[in-house]
Amino acid sequence: MKPISIKNNQSIPRSSIPEFSYEAFFALNTGLVAEKPEIHCVNYFGIPETDGIQLICCMADDLEQVILISSCKIQPDRILPSFSAKLFCFEKFEREIHENFGVKYSDHPWLKPVRYPIDRADQTQQIANYPFYSIDSEELHEVGVGPIHAGVIEPGHFRFICNGEQILHLEIQLGYQHRGIEKLMVQNRELSRLVTLAESIAGDTVIGHTTAFAQIWESLCGFKTTREIDFSRTMALELERIAIHTGDLSALCTDIAYQLGSSVFGRLRTPIINFMQEWGGNRLSKGFIRPGQNRFRFTPELAARLREVLDAFTPDFLEMNKELFSLPSALSRFERTGVVSTEDASAIGAVGMAARTSGVPRDIRTTHPHSLYPELRHEIKVKRHGDVYSRVQMRKNEVIQSIGYLKSMAANLPTEEPIPTLSAPGEGLFALSLVEGWRGEICHCAVTGSKGELVHYKVKDPSFHNWLALALAVRNNEISDFPICNKSFNLSYCGHDL
Amino acid sequence: MFSNLKIWYHQGKQFIPDVRSSKVPGIFRGRPVISLEKVDEEALVNCCPTRAISIAPVAIDLGKCTFCGECAFAFPEKIRFTTDYKLSTNVRERLVVTEGQDHPIEMDKTLIPVEFTSLFGNSLKLRQVSAGGDNSCEWELNAANNVQFDMGRFGIEFVASPRHADGIVITGPITANMAEPLQICYDAVPDPKMVVLAGTDAISGGIFAGSPALDRSFLNNHRVDLYMAGNPVHPLTVINGMLAVTGRAEE
Repeated sequence: MKPISIKNNQSIPRSSIPEFSYEAFFALNTGLVAEKPEIHCVNYFGIPETDGIQLICCMADDLEQVILISSCKIQPDRILPSFSAKLFCFEKFEREIHENFGVKYSDHPWLKPVRYPIDRADQTQQIANYPFYSIDSEELHEVGVGPIHAGVIEPGHFRFICNGEQILHLEIQLGYQHRGIEKLMVQNRELSRLVTLAESIAGDTVIGHTTAFAQIWESLCGFKTTREIDFSRTMALELERIAIHTGDLSALCTDIAYQLGSSVFGRLRTPIINFMQEWGGNRLSKGFIRPGQNRFRFTPELAARLREVLDAFTPDFLEMNKELFSLPSALSRFERTGVVSTEDASAIGAVGMAARTSGVPRDIRTTHPHSLYPELRHEIKVKRHGDVYSRVQMRKNEVIQSIGYLKSMAANLPTEEPIPTLSAPGEGLFALSLVEGWRGEICHCAVTGSKGELVHYKVKDPSFHNWLALALAVRNNEISDFPICNKSFNLSYCGHDL
Repeated sequence: MFSNLKIWYHQGKQFIPDVRSSKVPGIFRGRPVISLEKVDEEALVNCCPTRAISIAPVAIDLGKCTFCGECAFAFPEKIRFTTDYKLSTNVRERLVVTEGQDHPIEMDKTLIPVEFTSLFGNSLKLRQVSAGGDNSCEWELNAANNVQFDMGRFGIEFVASPRHADGIVITGPITANMAEPLQICYDAVPDPKMVVLAGTDAISGGIFAGSPALDRSFLNNHRVDLYMAGNPVHPLTVINGMLAVTGRAEE
C-alpha cells in the first residue's frame, strides 16, 4: 500500500486516503523523511471520530511537486511510540496531538504543552504552571520575560537559563493568544464569517492566510480561478512580503539602536501598505481576498501608481541598505549572532525565510507553485550562515526580487473576464493548500462532512516550527543579543496559538 | 557622515503636518454613511460577518464592524464608507451609526475625568497589552509613533513598564489565557489611569465574540475611557482618539 499523492490545492475524497496500521504508518512517514531530504512534513494532525482518532500525515515532496497523504486510526488510550524519538521534525505535531486528544507517547523527548487550547484533553494543565526545564546549579540563573513584553507586540513567555551574560538554554512558552480559531472554523457555516476568521489568524499575514483559505474553499467547491484572481493574489502576496520585510529591517535597526535605519526603513514601509489601501481600502489588506471573487480590480491606473511607488521606493531602499551593510557597528551586532546550522534547521523542520538563510531551500513558490507563480519561475534565494546577518540580507534580497515580480506583472495586466459562480463545497472531501507567506510555508487542511460542511480545519503557520529555531539560535549568545535574534525571525504568536 | 546626510536629505519631508485634518490616500473604509434607501433588510443584516448591522432603523455598530465592506459591495445604494478616520469616542453607543446620519463621531467631554486633561494634557504614557490581538492593531499602534504620524510630538508614547504608564491600551478580544496577565498589568499602573480599547476585536470581540476561549470579564469590572474603532485601527484614528481623550480634539 502507498500513500495517495496530490497536488497543492487539490481535493480528494476523504475515503481515498489509505489507512495504515500505526506500525506501517510510522515506518512509512519516518522512512520518507529519512530517504529523501526534499521531503518534509507540512502537516500532521488528528481528527476526532466516534470510534477513535484518525491521524492524517501530509508529506510534501519538493522534487516531484506532490504531497503524500496517509492516515491511521488509533484509540486515545493506547500508548504509542513517537515519530519524534526518531526524527525531531515531528515533535511539535505530536505534542499537539497529545495536548488535543490525550494520546500518550512512550518515548517522546519533549512532551510539553503547545498552546493550552480551551478544549485540551487534560484540563488540569494551566498556563500559569508550565513545566519549564530547569537546572539546579549555584552558578546559573534564570531570566523570565513576558508574557507582556516591553514593546507593542504580542504576548509570550521566554525563560532563559544563563551563565552570567551567556544564554545556555531558552524555552519559549506560548498559548496566550489562543482564540479557538480551528474550532470556530468548524462551528461557523457562513462563508463571510469563515473568511473573516482566516483573515484574523495572523494580522501581519492577512494575504498569506486568506489566500490559503480561499484556495482550499475553491478547491472544495471545484471552482477554477480566473487569471485576474490569480494575478491579484500573487501581487498582494509579494506586496505583503515587501511591506513586512521592510518593517522588520526597521525593527532590527531599532534593536541595535541605529536611529537612521530605523526611521528610514520605517517610513519606507508606509507607501507600500498605503498602496494596499489605495487598491483595497485597508492598509493590512483586510477585506481584500474572498473565495471566488476578485473584489478589487487591478486597473491600469493602479499599475501606473504602483510603478510610481516602487520607483520612489527602490533607490531609497537600496541606499539605506548600502549604508547599513557598510556600518561596522551594525555588522558587529549582526554577524555570527544567532546562528542556526543547516543540520539544526532541517532536523527541526524549519520553513520559509528562516530555513533558507540556513541553507535549506524550502519555498512553496518554487516547489508547489500556485496562482501565477508557475509563470514567475521563482528562483529560491539561499544563504549558508544562518546568522542574524543572513536574515537581514535575505530580507533585502527578497524585497528586491519581489519588486522585480511586481514590475513585470504590472506591465502585463490580465484582461477582464467573467468569474464563474462559486457553488457549495463537495461532500466528504479532504483538501490541502500551501502558500509561501512572507514568513514561510502556510499550510491549511480542510475536511468536509456529508452535507459539504467543514468538519475539521487545520492551520499551520510557519511559526509553528520556527519558534524552535529561535530557541536554538540564541544558545551561547549574550542575552543582550536576544532582541535582534528575535526580530530577525519575527515569528507570529497568534499564528501559532490560533 | 556625508552619506548619512545624503540619506537624510533624500527622505524629504515625511511627517504629516496636521494629523487632525490630513486626508488618507485611496479608498480607505472609515466611518460609513447609510442612506434612507429601502433595501432587502434581512439580506443586509445577514451579509455582515459579525452581525454589526441592525434594523428599524438600519444602523451599523462600528464596535462590531470589521470594515470588510461586504455590505457596501452588496448594497452600494444603501451603504457607503467614507474616508473619515475619526472613529474614537468614550461612549460605546456613539459608535452606532444610524441611517440618514452623517456627522462625525465625537467624545462626550463631560465624561472625561478632569485628571486626563490636567495631568495627561501634555504627556500621556501608555502600556499596550495585546490580549489575543492578531498583530494588525499592534502594527498600527507602532506606526502611530513612526516618523510620518509622529504621535510623540504630542507627548503621547508607549512605554515598556506599566509602572511608568498612565493607562493601558488593549488590543485583541481578550483571551482566557491572557485574562490574568492583563489584570496584573492593569493593577501595576498607578492611579489615575485610563483604559483604552483599540480595534473591533477589543471593543466587542469582533469575529471572536462568543468564543469559549475568551474571557472578557475584565471589561465588566473596569470603566473604559476610550473606544477606538477599526480593523485594524488606523494610526490617525489612534492619534485623534488620544488627543480627544486628553481634551485636545481641536486646537
